Amino acid sequence: MKIHEYQAKALLAEFGVPVPRGGVAATPGEARAVAEGLGGRAVVKAQIHAGGRGKGGGVKLAAGPDEAEAHARAILGMQLVTPQTGPGGQKVQRVLVEEAMPIARELYLGMLLDRKARLPVIMGGPGGMEIEELAREKPEAIVRVHVDPTTGFQGYHARRLALGFGLAGDQAKAFAAMLRSLFRLFEAKDCSLVEVNPLVVLQDGRLLPLDAKITFDDNGLFRHPEVRGLRDLDEESPLEVEASKFELNYIKLDGTVGCMVNGAGLAMATMDIIQRAGAMPANFLDVGGGATAEQVENAFRILMSDANVRAVFINVFGGILRCDLLAQGVIEAVRKLGVKVPVVIRMEGTNVAEGRRLLEGSGLNLTTAADMWDGAQKAARAVRAAA
Amino acid sequence: MSILVDKSTRVVVQGITGHHGSFHAAQCKAYGTKVVAGVTPGRGGTTHEGTPVFETVAEAAARAGANTSLIFVPPAFAADAILEAADAGLHLVVCITEGIPALDMVRVRRFLDGRPTRLVGPNCPGVISPGEKAKVGIMPGHIHLAPGRAGGVGIVSRSGTLTYEAVGQLTSLGLGQSTCVGIGGDPVQGMDFIACLDLFERDPTTRAILMIGEIGGTAEEDAAAYIRGHVRKPVVGYIAGQTAPPGRRMGHAGAIISGGSGTAAAKVAALKRAGVRVVESPADMGAAVAAVLARRAARPARARPPRPARRKPAAARRRRG
Repeated sequence: MKIHEYQAKALLAEFGVPVPRGGVAATPGEARAVAEGLGGRAVVKAQIHAGGRGKGGGVKLAAGPDEAEAHARAILGMQLVTPQTGPGGQKVQRVLVEEAMPIARELYLGMLLDRKARLPVIMGGPGGMEIEELAREKPEAIVRVHVDPTTGFQGYHARRLALGFGLAGDQAKAFAAMLRSLFRLFEAKDCSLVEVNPLVVLQDGRLLPLDAKITFDDNGLFRHPEVRGLRDLDEESPLEVEASKFELNYIKLDGTVGCMVNGAGLAMATMDIIQRAGAMPANFLDVGGGATAEQVENAFRILMSDANVRAVFINVFGGILRCDLLAQGVIEAVRKLGVKVPVVIRMEGTNVAEGRRLLEGSGLNLTTAADMWDGAQKAARAVRAAA
Repeated sequence: MSILVDKSTRVVVQGITGHHGSFHAAQCKAYGTKVVAGVTPGRGGTTHEGTPVFETVAEAAARAGANTSLIFVPPAFAADAILEAADAGLHLVVCITEGIPALDMVRVRRFLDGRPTRLVGPNCPGVISPGEKAKVGIMPGHIHLAPGRAGGVGIVSRSGTLTYEAVGQLTSLGLGQSTCVGIGGDPVQGMDFIACLDLFERDPTTRAILMIGEIGGTAEEDAAAYIRGHVRKPVVGYIAGQTAPPGRRMGHAGAIISGGSGTAAAKVAALKRAGVRVVESPADMGAAVAAVLARRAARPARARPPRPARRKPAAARRRRG
């Protein structure tokens, strides 16, 4: 789960990490008020989950409250397009207005799970460049320390990172305190990423997170109701939000073959085989273990909300799943929702023959498939025929 | 023979009185697995559908001879259940639970280091050895085929139903399976590809290996490096998620392409460089295994570097999980 910069900074502050003075604003008037409170120059920053906001014109420097208000007016409500949003961009509902400060140096600091080491890792390096670019171009410039959960964050972790950043004396001490607090946050809230990019060294020597990005482990949300409350549904695709209500795992893509599959791996494989058959998947949809009539109906509802869908491929490999019951569920859903596009069904489980018989005798545009490849080809053919 | 589970496997089902635990305990029993106990705190001393229920795993081990655990405990308590089973000294723990927080699993893995207990999962379908009538998981038993005298195919996979698809293909071609291991879809897990490949390489009843991977992480690339140095049996591979968009979690917590790494293309390339026969279509998994076995039978294995020393390679020793 992602959150906005202003929410991440509030969390940092909660854990004792110094953050720039500022406030969030939903109207130009509010932006002006925050800027007045700050006095002096301010930065007006669009609050969307995606990065690269500056490139899209979502970050503007303001000399004072007048300019802050003007920038906020321009940015609020804009459809901000950045390299990370996709061509449609994201509508900006809020801006963060912060004090502008003279920067001496920019650093990168990130905390995440190193899957290969199976340990949390804290990494840092010179800022100003995208971390992936840095990892490619100058990997030796990046310092990494792994934290063992048995012993936790230690002083030497901070010292190694400080050395890597060229920080010493009081700065190193402040840095160590900041790291300790950030790591405490990382563990306490079940984060999957805590990233400060850039962490700036101000001209007066202070260290300050200029930007903060926090991503939470979805599997940890059940034990953090306060984090769940930070979710911004406007940042999520409406269909995906709808699907999650039914405990359907749905991701919208750009193709024309709607997919309904049980199991994430099989769902990905189904997307792959549709492409091999010459069509493109319209979505990823894992109905999970419950391919019940109700779930099938909910799944159809979500799939058919996508206007791009020209055919549907249902690929269900159940163990004890009763194919006759699945067939009935499909027939009922298609009738009830008035599904007009061709539906291809491949199913494995018990009572397969009976299930096929029911589908073929339904009088609806339902085709059975012998296996995955047969199903993908039939679905692709149906899409071409509809074109 | 087989790996991980066989006729000597005696299972305690943690969470046996819950909906899933109860259903699958019965399914495993019906398949022929020795389900000797259940554990549900608060229900110790009772019986559930003929299986004695204990308060603790240690009791189940001491009094019912359980040596393997099958866990159906909700995410909030699953790490605790795994730790309990490991602390009780069980040989193998299979955790079906999906949704365990990653940091919990980091702590579990750390606890398991240096202990003899192996972990498979979490968020996995489990392990089955058809020739041993040992099913420790939720996979449908009836689609599997016991290996013949020549041996069978070992499967290691991050997926559940995609594994069943592969099993279905192999069974319809008459190719039995020695053991199928679902290592699960989470980013931090127990046994990984390398640990299973190592066991399959040393198992006399496994004559070919099918590896089913997916986007996210570098487990397949690490496995490819391991295969180059340590695996002589033929390996067939398939990577799911060629069409997955970057940055999105595709169902499994571990299935995410991030920062350009974890793509299907990179995994396919790494496996091919290691001599793995990688199929592009999931429909071709079974046929590819049949083809590599036929080729092996038709001509002797080409010259290989000398076999590694008897001692288990360090990489595999660390990955006992």
